[in-house]
Amino acid sequence: MLDNLIRDKGREGRRGYTLPQFDVEQANLEKILPKESLRKEKPRLAEVDEPTVIRHYTNLSRKNWGIDTNFYPLGSCTMKHNPRANEAAAAVPGFAGLHPLQPEPQVQGALQVAYEAQDLLSEISGFPAVSLQPMAGAQGELTSILMVKKFFEDAGDEERTTVLVPSTAHGTNPATATMAGFGSKEIGLDEDGCVDVEELRSMVDETTAALMITNPNTCGVYEKNIEEIAGILHDAGAFLYMDGANMNANVGRVRPAEAGVDIMHYNLHKTFSTPHGGGGPGCGAIACSDALAPFRPDPVAEKDGDHYHLVRPEKSIGRVAGFHGNFGVFLKAWNYIKMHGPELKENTDMAVLNANYVRARLRGTYRIPYDGLCKHEVVIQPPKGKKALDVAKGLIDHGYHPPTIYFPLVVKEAMLIEPTETESKETLDDFVGTMLELAESSPEDLQEAPTSAPTRRLDEARAARQLKARW
Amino acid sequence: MARFTPHTDDDIREMLEAIGVESLDDLFADVSPKLEGTLDLPPTLSEYEALSDVHRLAAKNVAGLPIFLGAGAYDRITPTAVGAITSRGEFLTSYTPYQPEISQGVLQTIFEFQSVIAELTGLEISNASVYDGASAVAEAALMTARQTKRDPKVAVSAGLNPRYRETIETYKVELVELSHNNGATDFSEVPEEVSGVFVQSPNYFGVVEDVSAASEAAHAVGALAVAVCDPISLAVLEAPGNLGADVAVGEAQPLGMPLLFGGPYAGYMATREEVIRQLPGRITGETVDQDGKLAYVLTLRAREQDIRRARANSNICTNQALTALAATVYASLMGPEGLREVAELSISKAHYLADKLQETGFELRYPEAPFLWEFAVELPDVGRANEALLENGMIGGLDLGDGAMLVAVTEKRTKEELDAFVEVVANAG
Repeated sequence: MLDNLIRDKGREGRRGYTLPQFDVEQANLEKILPKESLRKEKPRLAEVDEPTVIRHYTNLSRKNWGIDTNFYPLGSCTMKHNPRANEAAAAVPGFAGLHPLQPEPQVQGALQVAYEAQDLLSEISGFPAVSLQPMAGAQGELTSILMVKKFFEDAGDEERTTVLVPSTAHGTNPATATMAGFGSKEIGLDEDGCVDVEELRSMVDETTAALMITNPNTCGVYEKNIEEIAGILHDAGAFLYMDGANMNANVGRVRPAEAGVDIMHYNLHKTFSTPHGGGGPGCGAIACSDALAPFRPDPVAEKDGDHYHLVRPEKSIGRVAGFHGNFGVFLKAWNYIKMHGPELKENTDMAVLNANYVRARLRGTYRIPYDGLCKHEVVIQPPKGKKALDVAKGLIDHGYHPPTIYFPLVVKEAMLIEPTETESKETLDDFVGTMLELAESSPEDLQEAPTSAPTRRLDEARAARQLKARW
Repeated sequence: MARFTPHTDDDIREMLEAIGVESLDDLFADVSPKLEGTLDLPPTLSEYEALSDVHRLAAKNVAGLPIFLGAGAYDRITPTAVGAITSRGEFLTSYTPYQPEISQGVLQTIFEFQSVIAELTGLEISNASVYDGASAVAEAALMTARQTKRDPKVAVSAGLNPRYRETIETYKVELVELSHNNGATDFSEVPEEVSGVFVQSPNYFGVVEDVSAASEAAHAVGALAVAVCDPISLAVLEAPGNLGADVAVGEAQPLGMPLLFGGPYAGYMATREEVIRQLPGRITGETVDQDGKLAYVLTLRAREQDIRRARANSNICTNQALTALAATVYASLMGPEGLREVAELSISKAHYLADKLQETGFELRYPEAPFLWEFAVELPDVGRANEALLENGMIGGLDLGDGAMLVAVTEKRTKEELDAFVEVVANAG
């Protein structure tokens, strides 16, 4: 049954690419390398021609949905349109062909991009210092929490062993705390879906290193007490870290630094649309206060007169990337921000407008656990008797990528809808129409969905039980 | 309105009405502290103006010349077909395949990527990629600690890329450095308490190491053996899985990714089946749909952060799907023979250059050590040599800072370039 893998489309001896001829004598490997180091059996890779390769992967792409093909309201992921100018920027040979270890005088243009990108992210967040090194949001979190850890080590404070995490947090937050060597404790919510300030007050003590907050949180609700929360942490000598996955609701409307946050990460692939690429590459750039700036990873871009250079911050946690992080990704974010300028605020406004519009239109049919104003995304629950999973699969048959489901964990049967600013009213109206229709469908019909996708529902348990993860 | 947001004033008015608020500002009534005024950002640019800036800054870089730098990133040929596939919007603009019914494209390409890595490394299972070679090495160090239930402390060969070494330390793993003789690591004295022993082959100085010796040394103290390998080298060198390595990791950039000033690249990680629960990141597995049709899905999810939270084996979520796709398409185009040819062209040219340099009177740092396409050559003044190379339209090798230049030669370099390199370096004195 494996006839659809690339390797099974090949035949021994076929080639998909021609290399230049040898213009020097071909080395005799047996002479120059120890015999036991030589490969005995060739790897069983595909042996195919170029037309077969192109057709195979083009057809695979057609079994995949993207923003280009479908409305993709995947909550917490900011699946907005990806301007193609970004791709053009990263393909310019003067950047694409640049080796990361070329001496600084040879890479002034690249360092200027890095410096300016730092500067733009600094203005947007309100923080004086930025690092572009982390290569995804989760690595931005880890970088941030490692910086907090190093701050306390540097201060000789050995008591700070705990990181607090709200129950709405992304799973990456507690996982990050563990990786950085902290224990984590979960904080509950108040009736509005926000961090329970009284519970926080009772939990914060001299062992608290930081609270990892997401704002707006994963219920799509702005943390109304953010300044008070920051005060509680600061009074205890702890830091407030912000997961910036939801920065698309903040840009131009609120700056995390002014809300009392000490350090945050961005997801440049979300907020600044660099794009997502099927699950990366991303960039989890961080921004922080002066107190934490000396601990940023190595290197950061600085400017000295007209010369740009890379430096290791004084008390750096060290390297988190082999070279300079995902340069191609922050180059795209830099380009995206420049194409918007102060109009970034309109993106925020339209993203929040779209989410609230969907909320208003679904209200009454779907349950809305936190039915105040939402920000750029809204969490809903299906009508009683229906499952989020079934509604999600039903959406597929109508041509919509489902929202994030079963997250946040605090809402049963959660469906987290993030329309983004690049969708038209017509698209939202059609989507809402489909959602209302699905609410009326019989549960039995919904359980059959999808029927029009490349596959029907999968036996996920079998994949784990009879593991086969390679040809 | 701006070009990426479709709403007209009428749309906005109607939508505000449906929501039951008066203005856009009302949508932010719950936000505090509100930003006063507007962001101080440069004025909005048209696409044309923005891309003009890109070209203007790109022109400030020195690019398009023959490159002799390596040290973890290599100037290799990328077939045009790779970019034709990775620019397909269905791949480019999708996200992690949480909904498998409409993500079979990404899922199957991950399955194929895992297969390519498993084949090259001779190990049973690979993940869907991690951020880059450095983070793959760091994640592998943490893996060894979880698997052996020891404190994270690893013995690394002196030839492990120093950037990887630094990243391991950032990830809170203690390092013990093993000494080396003539460029090859001495694995005879591995401390008993380490969780892993790391060997990079070819190592940072280009030297092909004895992976079997590292594996034996690791196993003698109950640690895991981790091999760090350039995937192209595995077309000619024995697969680490056949030399006793428990884990193989490395930088997949040579498989069809542009240099792009250091990223995005992709890290790969492969291991034996017994260690699979400790492997971080996404894994795609085969299954069937309810009609019995073959399909692919993310599996062994109970290792991951969104399920296991604080007890996950890593916090990794987003990986490098698009660059891993580039590697998959590259490997398909090249096939085993093409990969071997890339390796042999590079090896032949590197040895030609090394021989010529030696004939001209220069000495290799490790003249007895076997190497592939990268070697350290002693020069009286590396800085001056690199300046002379640049003046003659070439980007020289890496200044190791101790009187040697680390030179990498790929299949892209021509005999004329190699001859010119020798001549310029010789004349630079």
